[in-house]
Amino acid sequence: MLYVQALINGVLLGAIYGLMALGLSLIFGVLRIINFAHGTLMVVGMYSSYWLFTVLGADPYVSLLPAAAFLFLVGFVLQRYILNPIVDAPEEMSFLTTLGLGLIIQNLILMAFGPDVHTIDTAYKLSSLAVGELNIDVAKLLAFGTSLVVTGVFFSFLQWSETGRAIRAASDNREAARLMGIDTKKIYCIAFAIGAATTGAAGACFSTFIPTSQDVGMLFTLTSFVIVIAGGVGTYHGTLIGGFLIGIVEELGAVMLSGSMKQVVSFCLLMVILFFRPQGLFGREGD
Amino acid sequence: MTKSRPLPFIYVALAVFFLTIPLYGGDYVLEMLIIAFWFAYLGSCWNIVGGYTGLLSLGHGTFVGIGAYASTLLFAHLGLTPWIGMIAGAVVASMAGALLGYLSFRFKVRGVYFCLITMAATEIVRLVFEHVNWLGSTIGIFIQAVKGAGGAAVYQFGPKWPYYLIIMAMTGGILGISYLIERSKLGYFLKAIKDNEDAARSLGIPAIRYQIIAMAISGFFIALGGTFYAQYRLYIRPDLVMGVHFSVEIVMGPVLGGWGTLLGPILGSLVMTPLGEFTRWLTEIIKTTFHMQGLTGLHMITYGLVLVLVVRFMPNGIVGFYLRRRELKREKESAAG
Repeated sequence: MLYVQALINGVLLGAIYGLMALGLSLIFGVLRIINFAHGTLMVVGMYSSYWLFTVLGADPYVSLLPAAAFLFLVGFVLQRYILNPIVDAPEEMSFLTTLGLGLIIQNLILMAFGPDVHTIDTAYKLSSLAVGELNIDVAKLLAFGTSLVVTGVFFSFLQWSETGRAIRAASDNREAARLMGIDTKKIYCIAFAIGAATTGAAGACFSTFIPTSQDVGMLFTLTSFVIVIAGGVGTYHGTLIGGFLIGIVEELGAVMLSGSMKQVVSFCLLMVILFFRPQGLFGREGD
Repeated sequence: MTKSRPLPFIYVALAVFFLTIPLYGGDYVLEMLIIAFWFAYLGSCWNIVGGYTGLLSLGHGTFVGIGAYASTLLFAHLGLTPWIGMIAGAVVASMAGALLGYLSFRFKVRGVYFCLITMAATEIVRLVFEHVNWLGSTIGIFIQAVKGAGGAAVYQFGPKWPYYLIIMAMTGGILGISYLIERSKLGYFLKAIKDNEDAARSLGIPAIRYQIIAMAISGFFIALGGTFYAQYRLYIRPDLVMGVHFSVEIVMGPVLGGWGTLLGPILGSLVMTPLGEFTRWLTEIIKTTFHMQGLTGLHMITYGLVLVLVVRFMPNGIVGFYLRRRELKREKESAAG
């Protein structure tokens, strides 16, 4: 029964993980930039929810839109003024830069909010649904549903909007997209901004059931990479499935080992995948 | 070439200057220089893999941690002196480096993916150390202090200056080893592999073997730095000697000074540590003058800014920047003459 419970929790967590990693997948797919500030951007989303909750008393699901909008802006500015100038430099350069950005943002949060861990006490935080012997947290269920909705919006945008088409074109072939008259530099900014916004939305969902703390950014960055690589770099559907996979693996790992050891399981999985199946579980050979 | 003749004298003068600092510098200066040279040493060890071989490892803390914990545990449980324990730690770290290298290069994990592998590895090791009580868990391990003349036999000294001389000697040593590597067949092969691995392979250079050798050498020496830290502080904790954050700190000096150059890592660390110390001092001043709270992150912000600015304006670090300017000047002179 314990394992069934872990499985359910894993699926619920997986949807949010998938949303979190989609942003990274998009940024990597379009820009070929390794964004080491990714987890930190998600932490910014968590703090936005926390701040709006303490100041306005707004529920994280009410403040999700402003939080995502704020991160959209942050992402746009970062790409426009800091990352665009080095977009053609060797890859080490972009990831040292994002690493630096992560440090700056994390410590700005530390200065603004202090080292304490914060929790958001919503009305539904402690309630749960009992199904037979299983308990399903309402907070996790809401986060699961919201993540799926945001993910749906993300996919429809990429699929049907004019900008979405331009983003996909730029990620397929930069040069060809440029020749077709697409302003690639602007598309980069929009792609990074959307990546940051979806991650911020994931952060808002997380803030309803895990404590908000400034120093978890790097762990979430690594987890996002595990998800993207497990699903196969360059496939958004793969990333989504990767999210569920890692969510389930971590929850099962937490039951079998101990709660804080669950990351060890997913990092080991990352190493195994990179050694034996670098194209990811759902990626094509030779990508 | 006659122009570069006076340079050795500058080095001798610098060496004399740094070696005589304990005679007139206070404890505060020594403390800062010990940490600065410690990072210079670690950065130079990292440089053998990150600089010369072009494998950007963000997990070198693993090997520092192995060194620190091996000598400490051997001393605590078997009473073995850290002077010998550090060799044991270095051998284990060297094998760990070789294994990680073998797996990565055998399966062609390159570039960013190699970076992720090293980060995952160091986080796994840190999390495991934080969970096993026998290894000290998150509380860490205090090393039993030995007072008096017996201390030197177990790598413990009362005043700071012996530690300072040891870390100076270690830095000098790694400088010599890096110099030898640069000028050896190994160095040329590593450079060829860094520039173009496939081309090097097609010329018959066994790339994997040389990359593994680089990992093993780097792991061996950086582990000695771990033991040094443990003996200097007489206390270790997983997040102080391993994990991603610490590993990033190791890379700061080489990035600022210029990775892949002989003096870059040392120069960078000697700028970086005082800069960090200065911002910490500045933080205290601001705190007490304006009665402000929560400025603890300021020095990490400085680190982040340095990363962003160096990549943007001096991608080859201070040494690279200097060399490039000299080259430009020479070109201009030859064009004029």
